Amino acid sequence: MSESLLEIRNLHICLPEGSERPYAVEAADLDLAPNEILCIVGESGSGKSLTARAVMGLLPKPHVRVVDGSIRLAGEDVNQVSEARLREIRGSEVSMIFQEPMTALNPVMTIGDQIDEVFRFHESMTRKDRRSRALDLLADVHLPDPDQIVRSYPHELSGGQRQRAMIAMALALDPKILIADEPTTALDVTTQAQILKLIKEMQAAHNTGVLFITHDFGVVADVADRVAVMQQGSVVETGTADEVLNAPKHPYTQALIAAVPSLAPRPPRDQSAEPALQVKGLNKVFRSGGGFLGFGGGGRTVQAAKDVTLDLKRGETLGIVGESGSGKSTVARCIVRLIDADDGQILLNGTDLRPLNRAEMRPHRASIQMVFQDPFASLNPRTRVGKIIAQGPLLRGTPLAEAQERARELLSIVGLDERAYDRFPHEFSGGQRQRIGIARALALNPEVLVADEPVSALDVSIQAQILLLLDEIREKMHLSMIFITHDLRVAAQVCDRIAVMRYGEIVETGATAEIFADPQAPYTKDLLAAVPGQNWRAA
Amino acid sequence: MANFWRLFRRNRSAVAGLAILVMVILMAATAQLLYPADPFSLAGASMQPPGEGGFLLGSDSLGRDVAAGIAHGAKTSLLIGLLATIVAVGFGTVMGALAGYYGGWIDDLLMRTTEMFQTIPSFVFAILLVAIMKPSIHSIVIAIAVVSWPAVARLVRGEFLSLKNREFVQACHTLGMSDAKVILGEILPNCLSPIIVIGSLMVATAILIESGLAFLGLGDPNIMSWGFQIGAGRTLLRSAWWVCTFPGIAILVTVLAINLVGEGLNDALNPRLRERQ
Repeated sequence: MSESLLEIRNLHICLPEGSERPYAVEAADLDLAPNEILCIVGESGSGKSLTARAVMGLLPKPHVRVVDGSIRLAGEDVNQVSEARLREIRGSEVSMIFQEPMTALNPVMTIGDQIDEVFRFHESMTRKDRRSRALDLLADVHLPDPDQIVRSYPHELSGGQRQRAMIAMALALDPKILIADEPTTALDVTTQAQILKLIKEMQAAHNTGVLFITHDFGVVADVADRVAVMQQGSVVETGTADEVLNAPKHPYTQALIAAVPSLAPRPPRDQSAEPALQVKGLNKVFRSGGGFLGFGGGGRTVQAAKDVTLDLKRGETLGIVGESGSGKSTVARCIVRLIDADDGQILLNGTDLRPLNRAEMRPHRASIQMVFQDPFASLNPRTRVGKIIAQGPLLRGTPLAEAQERARELLSIVGLDERAYDRFPHEFSGGQRQRIGIARALALNPEVLVADEPVSALDVSIQAQILLLLDEIREKMHLSMIFITHDLRVAAQVCDRIAVMRYGEIVETGATAEIFADPQAPYTKDLLAAVPGQNWRAA
Repeated sequence: MANFWRLFRRNRSAVAGLAILVMVILMAATAQLLYPADPFSLAGASMQPPGEGGFLLGSDSLGRDVAAGIAHGAKTSLLIGLLATIVAVGFGTVMGALAGYYGGWIDDLLMRTTEMFQTIPSFVFAILLVAIMKPSIHSIVIAIAVVSWPAVARLVRGEFLSLKNREFVQACHTLGMSDAKVILGEILPNCLSPIIVIGSLMVATAILIESGLAFLGLGDPNIMSWGFQIGAGRTLLRSAWWVCTFPGIAILVTVLAINLVGEGLNDALNPRLRERQ
């Protein structure tokens, strides 16, 4: 390695008193060379984001601060310099792009004005020069029609366009270092692939050193030159991308990589031909707007589900795959009757559930249960875990003692200690909460389980455990499962068949292996091509 | 509970407020023992300055003991403040919960009604209501509650709107739980904190409205209150300052104490605000 741009030595960042560990980052050593992409990988809480923020001098002081070690930018220690110098460094020497471009951009300023600000604070240029530089930058990041974009407000752009605009701003002053904190996590896979390509391209064009923070090993495989793996605030392994990804030394890295779901579809299983659930011609239109008591004109309408037809065979797992806004969650919520579909049929054991009103639906509720996405929002924070699980049976008139007995049994089925029974949800981690959510859904002995992105809020190692659990209970309890996900790797692991959705329509349905091997619809091909890290562990 | 107290205690001024409030409550509770006589009765010479003629805080133009009036008035103020708040919070919560939970035309109807109440200046509205009904402790409580509930309704509606779409509520729907159970058992417990906070602050406002009404002569004529004392003494302000001043201080201190306690509750119960400090 030549002379390094950034040299982090023995970095310690302390956490406020009473936190679960004393240091957010402990004895971290990192180096970043010019023209290199260093990926910092770790699960949530590993301290990867705080390390990046420390480089920018952006820690939430005074409780979280650097207590020991040094961060040198070309020989200058960021912790020793004055506030004024730090402001100079930010933007001109180090700049940052964030996970959520919508919140990182000022919603009431045009993109042009925001880029303009960067120049005004750091350089003396005429107004005209600044505007023409802004247009150049936007063209550099391949935004269509820069003249239009400079006059747009952030909400008028798509997520991918906003992230491009952020990158343009970050590169405005040609910084030596670009810090990218999970820059593609909030984006769809196809957009993610484009942004990753753009970052690589910009990095090569400007000789920038990029500190790229991510939790996704697929992304690492696509962009990284070197990789640093963080666990609980410590850097446990550093090396070239090839070394770390293909021959990890540290057991934690090995475990993380083993937990990344493979893109190879699961072997097909024997299917019963008997359908557990059939959805025919389901339509749902959302209307927004409209004023007081319906006066004030019509609002916008969005067709969230358009003539959706699905067949769930007994004992199989059917994946519904799509990007955000594809209508996959709407379909799931229509099936469990959380929202009312406009027309179509939802046939369960010969009964059409769609036209049933709430009272008529009640006896059928037990047959279809749902597992939700967000383990933090899906459990009532003021109800004890035991009661959360026992609630369903109790509502159906199961005697208290029996319901409690069943709840304890379910806790052990989902791999939790029976002592969890009397605790509150906030005492559990995300993965444990998701187990509680699964236990709640199982309490009514459903025939069909609808799982809406059940693992997308979880770290990769926890994700693997939950997927395994879902597979186990499906076998054990003879469940048929509808599994909603945006992640094709996850879909490959759990689904027997896959339905691909886009703009409310199903574009393709088929056995998982067939779809992966030979996608028919152009959109499915795009989706598969965009999965990060496919050349790595493709088999 | 222990945790709550630990958080509450961090706000020093809230603890001071609580101490003052406890003293006011004690004063109200022991008024009958300290001053067994009717506070309206003549207790001695009129217009005695504080400390003279056996009057701790002086006497008014009719020879009524100002200190006795304050002690008995404390009971009135606290009672009316508390009752009016309970009625307003109860009614406002029901309206807000129904509007927020059901949405649609129910929401439109209830919120437009709420707005109608909010367009009339609340004190003028309270005067009007008491003037129409006969001034009595019942009519004052009703008047204060009527002008106070819209704020509660809007707050509760907002909480319900955000909570009803949370996944744990949806999970209850998929279990087939009835609306009443979802509202009372799942959503309401999660919005108790802001309701408690707004309720505590509302007690202070209610005491102020009651004093204002009594000052204007719209108080219950048979019950001693701080506002009545000030109203009775306002013509004497230059010759006998103590008649108005001490009840005024009593109102100031009590309202301040309740506001401090309310702030303390807010800090302790709303964790997001706490982090900001």
